[in-house]
Amino acid sequence: MTHDREMIRLRAVAKTFVMHLRGGASLPVVSGVSFDVRAGECVVLGGPSGAGKSSILKMIYGNYRADSGRIEIQGRAGWIDLAHAEPRAILALRKSTIGYVSQFLRVIPRVSAHDIVAAAARQTGLDSAAADRRSAFLLEILNIPERLWRLPPATFSGGEQQRINIACGFAAERPILLLDEPTASLDAANRAAVVELISARKRAGAAILGIFHDEEVRDRVADREVDVRTFSPEVHAA
Amino acid sequence: MSTPDAPLLVAEGLSKRYGQRIGCADVSLGIHEGEVVAVVGESGSGKSTLLGLLSTQLLPDAGNVRYRMRSGDERNLFALGEAERRFLLRTDWGFVHQDARLGLRMGVSAGGNVGERLMAVGWRHYGRIRAEAENWLERVEIARERIDDCPSAFSGGMRQRLQIAKNMVTRPRLIFMDEPTGGLDVSVQARLLDLIRSFVGDYGLAAVIVTHDLAVARLLSHRIIVMRHGRVIETGLTDQVLDDPREPYTQLLVASVLQV
Amino acid sequence: MSDAAHYNFAYLDEQTKRMIRRALLKAVAIPGYQVPFASREMPMPYGWGTGGVQVTASVLGPDDILKVIDQGADDTTNAVSIRKFFERTAGIATTTHTRDATVIQTRHRIPEAPLKEGQILVYQVPIPEPLRFLEPRETETRRQHALEDYGLMHVKLYEDIARHGHIATTYAYPVKVDDRYIMDPSPTPKFDNPKMDMCPALQLFGAGREKRIYALPPYTKVVSLDFEDHPFERTKFDRGCELCGAEGIYLDEVVTDDRGGCMYVCSDTDYCEGRRAAPHAAAPPIREARR
Repeated sequence: MTHDREMIRLRAVAKTFVMHLRGGASLPVVSGVSFDVRAGECVVLGGPSGAGKSSILKMIYGNYRADSGRIEIQGRAGWIDLAHAEPRAILALRKSTIGYVSQFLRVIPRVSAHDIVAAAARQTGLDSAAADRRSAFLLEILNIPERLWRLPPATFSGGEQQRINIACGFAAERPILLLDEPTASLDAANRAAVVELISARKRAGAAILGIFHDEEVRDRVADREVDVRTFSPEVHAA
Repeated sequence: MSTPDAPLLVAEGLSKRYGQRIGCADVSLGIHEGEVVAVVGESGSGKSTLLGLLSTQLLPDAGNVRYRMRSGDERNLFALGEAERRFLLRTDWGFVHQDARLGLRMGVSAGGNVGERLMAVGWRHYGRIRAEAENWLERVEIARERIDDCPSAFSGGMRQRLQIAKNMVTRPRLIFMDEPTGGLDVSVQARLLDLIRSFVGDYGLAAVIVTHDLAVARLLSHRIIVMRHGRVIETGLTDQVLDDPREPYTQLLVASVLQV
Repeated sequence: MSDAAHYNFAYLDEQTKRMIRRALLKAVAIPGYQVPFASREMPMPYGWGTGGVQVTASVLGPDDILKVIDQGADDTTNAVSIRKFFERTAGIATTTHTRDATVIQTRHRIPEAPLKEGQILVYQVPIPEPLRFLEPRETETRRQHALEDYGLMHVKLYEDIARHGHIATTYAYPVKVDDRYIMDPSPTPKFDNPKMDMCPALQLFGAGREKRIYALPPYTKVVSLDFEDHPFERTKFDRGCELCGAEGIYLDEVVTDDRGGCMYVCSDTDYCEGRRAAPHAAAPPIREARR
């Protein structure tokens, strides 16, 4: 990965939710979203709650659909406009290029914590031995007690589940990493571990886009901030 | 065209009426190798009709389904001879019914049920048929000792797992499932879903799963097709459709799911 | 012969016989294929050989010599009744000797004496569909025959081995005819299956209740189904007939008292009598019934 190469390019992206169950109420979220993220840098989305930070992240992951604009991602075979890509192309990008860490873990019944993380590691092509090592490494630095490794995380505490989720997000080393408040409600030791994981990915040249409410974490990882308030629909409507 | 990236199955303009009632109207879709597509919608939305048409159990009034055979040839499924169609159904395809009695021979042992497809394609060595049956029973977590028991003596969850083993034994590339977890206890469902998920991953299986359970769709599928009144009203990546539903009906479906 | 005057030759009217002969011709043309026919009510109950009787009635001519056996015996009620039936309605000659008969109607056995060209063996068939007990839908079994979709038949044999350690089917053992159709050889013991293969005589099968006719033309290949590691085996008896001493033939167990005593004798009565009547036959002395 070449540092400084553009990896994410957003151009005039807009999103409005239409709530049909509330009489078709329109809820504009963002519009005119345009910014870039380069390899090796960590860009933080700033702005108050409800400004649309999370929605922007989800659109870049393809989880939310953009109404207009372009979301261009530097994939293995060149730029792909994710806002207009086929579902299969989006899945392929997620597998090869875009990693996403949210606060919430979707548990798969009966699969152990260790295997969930190892499965995530295998997605970018690690063999099973390497994936197992990666899984053990991540669970250890995120302070998951070893006695829990072989258990399915369904019964874990919220904090433990969150850390399993972070481990999954960092298990595969993809060129783009989207972080949606990964450190929310973590204790200091675990926050520090996550900061170290982020820094390591940055050094390795990953393009990182994140939301961090924790100022200390933000200051330690961010290279620059994009203020989401500038994408407010009111601003653009005016 | 049969490039590796070409879809395994392509349906174009599928329509089916039952008298005045619309079963399925102008449905088009493509399924790629290793891709799991969930068809969701409430009862009567046409999802089972669509499954029947895709799997050639029903004949459409209009439209066609093309399939890329193992040989690489692309064939129009409704132009296949009956013998060819059956061969496809019991080798390259699987069908898991909600009611296990439709998919299993209840009076034939578990081993005989799993072995049937092998015998149908010419296996004539008892020892090898039995070994393969044992192997698949183990993979679906049915104890080897149960190999000579009839499915009539099995629990609902075991019957569904036996159905899956029976289908998987010829290593199909495409499997159709009609409410595979319907009527099962939640804990039994979880085990079955996990099994299906791992088979899809391990064998690169493509699947069309009809379900009214959005949680099942979320767990298993890559893509969702939402049907209503026989038409596809919304389609996209599973998490996209479930997290950012656009159509009023889809929003209603998603909002109706009980959160646990 | 006053009765014969009241009935058409061999009981059935000529139109019915023509209908049955057409079915027979089709059956001969497609060996092992079950041809539907308009089975008639006969003056005997179903299960007593109404199918076989209709076939026999349709192939008999005035010069034919008829033999009827039931489980190999000429002297059981069913055999005697059918023989008498044709004596009275057709006025034909009957015999108990296999070699003299031109038409042999049978229930459950093939005679021990080799059959020859020109002879017709007519089987009484209760259930003609070999797939019946595995697949109850007739629409489906017919399709399976049409498409040669026969995986199911081996499922039955598989089940046998799984339950008993070997193929436990000892009668109505399924066969493949002329490399094409799977056929139920009627409830003959599997001991007789090899006799069907390349048999010089014409073999006709009639199922009255089920309204089906099928056939094996002379010299048709008939193979008993099996597995590579569980090949078809003809039933073997570890003793000979206690009346005539014959070995390698099919034996009946005859209970001789109410204390468990029994003896084993030829199932084919004509064969047994022939051996005992022949001066060179080395018949052993009749031993006392064993306990």
